Amino acid sequence: MIELLSEPFMLRALLAALLTGFAAPAVGTYLVQRRMALMGDGLGHVAVTGVAIGLLTGTSPTWSAVLVAVLGAVLIEVIREGGHTNGDVALALLFYGGLAAGVLVTGLAGQSAARLQQYLFGSILTVSRTDLLVTAVLGSVIVIASIGLLPQLFTVALDPDFARVAGLRVRFYNLLVAVLAAVTVTVAMRTVGLLLVSALMVVPVATAQQLSRSFRGTLALAMSLGLLAAVGGLVAAARLSLSYDANVAPGPSIVLLSLLGFIAAWPVGVLARRRARLAAPFAAGQADVRRVEEQHAHVHGPDCGHPAVQHDDHVDYIHDGHRHAEHGSHYDEH
Amino acid sequence: MTAAGPLPDTDDAPVVRVEDASVELGGRLILRGVDLAVRPGEFVALMGANGSGKSTLVRALTGLVPVARGRVSLFGTPVDRFDDWQRVGFVPQRAGAAGGVPASVWEVVASGRLTRRRLFRPLGRRDRAAISSALEVVGLADRSHDGVSTLSGGQQQRVLIARALAGGPELLFLDEPTAGVDLPNQEALADTLRMLSDNGATIVLVTHELGPLASLIDRSVVMRDGRVAYDGGPLDDHAVHQVDFGAGVHEHHHPRPSTHDHAPHVGSPFDLPGHGSELREGER
Repeated sequence: MIELLSEPFMLRALLAALLTGFAAPAVGTYLVQRRMALMGDGLGHVAVTGVAIGLLTGTSPTWSAVLVAVLGAVLIEVIREGGHTNGDVALALLFYGGLAAGVLVTGLAGQSAARLQQYLFGSILTVSRTDLLVTAVLGSVIVIASIGLLPQLFTVALDPDFARVAGLRVRFYNLLVAVLAAVTVTVAMRTVGLLLVSALMVVPVATAQQLSRSFRGTLALAMSLGLLAAVGGLVAAARLSLSYDANVAPGPSIVLLSLLGFIAAWPVGVLARRRARLAAPFAAGQADVRRVEEQHAHVHGPDCGHPAVQHDDHVDYIHDGHRHAEHGSHYDEH
Repeated sequence: MTAAGPLPDTDDAPVVRVEDASVELGGRLILRGVDLAVRPGEFVALMGANGSGKSTLVRALTGLVPVARGRVSLFGTPVDRFDDWQRVGFVPQRAGAAGGVPASVWEVVASGRLTRRRLFRPLGRRDRAAISSALEVVGLADRSHDGVSTLSGGQQQRVLIARALAGGPELLFLDEPTAGVDLPNQEALADTLRMLSDNGATIVLVTHELGPLASLIDRSVVMRDGRVAYDGGPLDDHAVHQVDFGAGVHEHHHPRPSTHDHAPHVGSPFDLPGHGSELREGER
């Protein structure tokens, strides 16, 4: 195992996984904030056409994929900005068109389906030095833009009207997120493949959301989780391949590991949200006050074990399905 | 200061000036020939029924909708060329302060500093001080690390006001800040606005019910069918809805009996019977 990890191709693969695992959830956070979690998926489909054009013309499939995905992203953003009610249908047409055209053009180029499959499901073990360099450059651009422009991108997505009155060029930032998503898709294409790219962008964010209450916390946690999943998935795939003498693909391992993270974090999030709901203050006023006659074995207080909830200027204790508020010598039902 | 407009930026020049402004949205005139000037330090309430054009007027004042005719200027500069946005604070109608990712109260308020921040620069000490004092003014300093979505509607509204205050504006636009806000929160809001107004800020407030804000305003502007129907001293909530704005006889608006024609509404089976006549009345 150790020898395998020190092989040059494996080192390159590890570096590529590290970079993409770190960069993809950064852009994914902005997509999830805009409720466009499936955009990465759509761009992946469109990028298939780009790869096919690269194969047909004999140029680098990576650069033609970047070009076509960016064009697709701009088109999607224009459709979204137009606010057409059937915008999602227009997007679906674009996605299927991209995938179908990609497969068709690959055939025209005289390339086998296996060649296309490298891009559809990833082939991180065949990453060359040049590939790694491109991944490093594009990955850095993505990370610098998504962290450096966080205040602007956050504000524009949260409240476009406010952002415009604050003097921000809303349209520019919207386009920037779309272009960054397109670049991320093509960077992650070699690691997890175009059909699973979106998972690496979105699943770590969904996991981080369960545990974080702030946007910056979600972004930082998602990037760390993405990095762990990408490196861990790659190593796990290598291990499984060795011990079972099988061919376990790294792309799906990365995605499944990432999903396992979500499954582990989800119950924690559910519990945290339930506790937050219980401790949420009641609406002011409107309490139907009634004197409680039943005797209490103890005095309600911070340590009595009953959930304490702020209500106007006092604290209610939740007690056998009642809300009790101390009132002189007795309790009122609120 | 980029004083490119026709007005000199003197002490008493209007902060907000609207001349003969008309706004058209989707082929329908929403504002028709509105004239308005707000002087520095004034507290103006823009009132009127739903659909009277008061929100659209504020959107035109902030440059969010273009005017089809006429002129809008802020601090003497036409709004489409205005770039001194740090002097302006905007509190939009609350449309769900949360996106698809959780955001803390502090983060939302911090975005109000964007008018004064340069690209790729971290928050300075002065930015942080402005953010915490804005949170204190609206009384939410102890909730700053909580998620915005865990707050009540009234508290969320106060977050949006703190966001506008964090930029330190001289001119504040608020669009329906009291809609759906309970009375204690409305009173907290009134205290905040009183303090700002006392410090010399110019405030333009859109509302269809003043409530606890009534004692603060210097001037009422009532919109009706896209026109300014009244512009003068403060009116109470009741007077706004009277045809003559409380000047003379007591009078009520009676709903016009809708004329029912006997052809069955086959072409538009989902229209409510009264709906069509209301629209026609609005377009008149």
